[in-house]
Amino acid sequence: MKTDQVKSQITRLITLLKVFIKKVPPVYPTFLVIFIIVGYLNPNYRTFEGIFQFLRRSSPTAILAIGQMFVLVTGGFDLSVGSLISLVLFGSSILLGNDPSKLYSTLAIIFGIGVLIGLINGFSVTFLKVPSFITTLGMLLAVRGAAMYWTGGGPKGYFTDNFRMFGRGYIENVPIFGRFPISLIVLLVVFFFSYYIFHKSNFGKSALAIGDNARASHLSGANVRLIRMLSFVISSVFAVIAGVLVGGFGGISQTAGQGAEIQAISAAVIGGTILMGGKGSIPSAMFGAFTLEAMFNLINLLGLPKPYQDAVQGLIIIGAVAFASFKNRRK
Amino acid sequence: MLKANNLSQNNHTWLRNSIRSIPPVFYFLIIVFALFATLDQIFADGQMLTNPNIMMNIIIRGVALGIVAIGQTFVLIGASIDLSVVYVISVTSVLSSYFMQGDPANVPIAVIIVFIAGAIVGLINGLIITKLKINAFITTLGTSLILKGIINASFQNFAGEVPRSFEVLGYGRIGPIPISVIILLSITFIGWFILTRTRFGAHLYAVGGNVEVARLSGLRTDRILIIAHVICSITAVLTGLFVVSRIRAGAPWIGPDGVYDLESIATTVIGGTALSGGRGGVLGTLAGVLIFGVLGYSVQPIGSQPLSQECHPWDDCHYRGCQLHHPFKTRNCIKWRYP
Repeated sequence: MKTDQVKSQITRLITLLKVFIKKVPPVYPTFLVIFIIVGYLNPNYRTFEGIFQFLRRSSPTAILAIGQMFVLVTGGFDLSVGSLISLVLFGSSILLGNDPSKLYSTLAIIFGIGVLIGLINGFSVTFLKVPSFITTLGMLLAVRGAAMYWTGGGPKGYFTDNFRMFGRGYIENVPIFGRFPISLIVLLVVFFFSYYIFHKSNFGKSALAIGDNARASHLSGANVRLIRMLSFVISSVFAVIAGVLVGGFGGISQTAGQGAEIQAISAAVIGGTILMGGKGSIPSAMFGAFTLEAMFNLINLLGLPKPYQDAVQGLIIIGAVAFASFKNRRK
Repeated sequence: MLKANNLSQNNHTWLRNSIRSIPPVFYFLIIVFALFATLDQIFADGQMLTNPNIMMNIIIRGVALGIVAIGQTFVLIGASIDLSVVYVISVTSVLSSYFMQGDPANVPIAVIIVFIAGAIVGLINGLIITKLKINAFITTLGTSLILKGIINASFQNFAGEVPRSFEVLGYGRIGPIPISVIILLSITFIGWFILTRTRFGAHLYAVGGNVEVARLSGLRTDRILIIAHVICSITAVLTGLFVVSRIRAGAPWIGPDGVYDLESIATTVIGGTALSGGRGGVLGTLAGVLIFGVLGYSVQPIGSQPLSQECHPWDDCHYRGCQLHHPFKTRNCIKWRYP
């Protein structure tokens, strides 16, 4: 009698576990496994300091992935984020002019540029009906050209310390953690903001509906154009934030931001976002970015040549999407 | 009398139909060309119309993009996309010059190897897209990244060399017409023929229009898409061979330097092929490529933005504004002049 009860309890537990495993997006266990391997290989990753270092370095990718997810969910692409980062770096190097007091005006101007580019992208996608792939591709080339033209081919000067503070600054003497990176605070703010508007507000629900079926959601009263435009604006603004953070870590370099759009799309896709819209979640996209960065760290730790990063990234992308589509088909 | 009248009417409709079948992008091409030729006369030295070498250079520069764009047209008509062409071009250029090593005897084997490699990449793309049902954008992005990783890990810069006789592909002329232009035109013709005059072409349009309907009508949709991807990769191989015959050696940066993935998609879409598939054609793509060529040439002297429009390393000396900042340019000018 008793053994039967125990047995049924155990089977119930197992089914619960199975349901739980099915419900948890695959990105979390993947990230956990990779991060544990990384931590095993490099003791630095076992401390708060090391984990914060890792999070600090992956925060621009995470912010980009979250922004990209907004656009992907409504059924579009935003390829212009990479060159927008270049524009932010080049532009703010000129606007700052080595003068710390110009920080706020610089930030205002580059955020204005971000909003403007997002609006242009959104306008041309929604009103001119240009496919988002083509629109943002054109914007990629135009923004890169603008960045080059503005600075005459290369970044000028250096970033002032108060500008770099966002990327590399720390808040000292925090209880428990020790030092808390400012870029992580930026990431958290972005995360909670987007979590709220995507998962808790009408905007997010309508965006998902539009990605699934734009016509149906239009007929049921969603403002398709406004939401599409807003998603492009969000993506551009997040790209500007990521650009400021990148400027903080690495200073200015000619190649900064190149390929960032591909990384953002990969991260969002690893996080379970479906291309052409209809499915996505903010925490998963963020962890997709972390997984990607952890994978890069792993490649570094294993001592593989840097080019293999690309090959592994390619394999992960195909694998992640194959897994997702396989799971969907089984349903 | 009646018969003759009928015939002339038929002739008339034939003419009207053939005018209608010209993609509208050709009118756009004429407008762009006229606009920039005028601007060139006013703001620059006006060499675009007077110097035949410049016109020829615009066309030759379009050859590399044009060949791969025609393959891209096939894929886009099938409602798919191919971003991996860039690194197929790089792989082709590196492998071909690595296997040739400057010896004309090695040319056939090198060409066979690169064609097989290209066909395999296309096959893999097609198989992943159709059998695993993965979005084409992601698949080809993934294969592109994989190829990028492999090629960058195995080759640093120029590998091997192309024999002199192979340069005929890039620099040779038959009479006044460069061989490369003949190649582009013949590939365009083949593409046009396949798309409009063969069963495969009709099937491809059907698959691009609606996969499910095509499948229910009894088409082997998977096989058709796979063939389209193989065709696209093979055109990328041809572009790679052409570029390597211009530069004389292959390097991993050749593909990404020309932005062949995004530009081939952009020219195809400008040429009237729908990204959603099922519509478009090769002739429009050719016009799109020429528009890109004219724009690419004109932006430099008129807008004086030498850096916003990058130069190809194999641009000719007649191509203004390039020698100032391109590291390969000086070598170009000394070594690779027109015959």
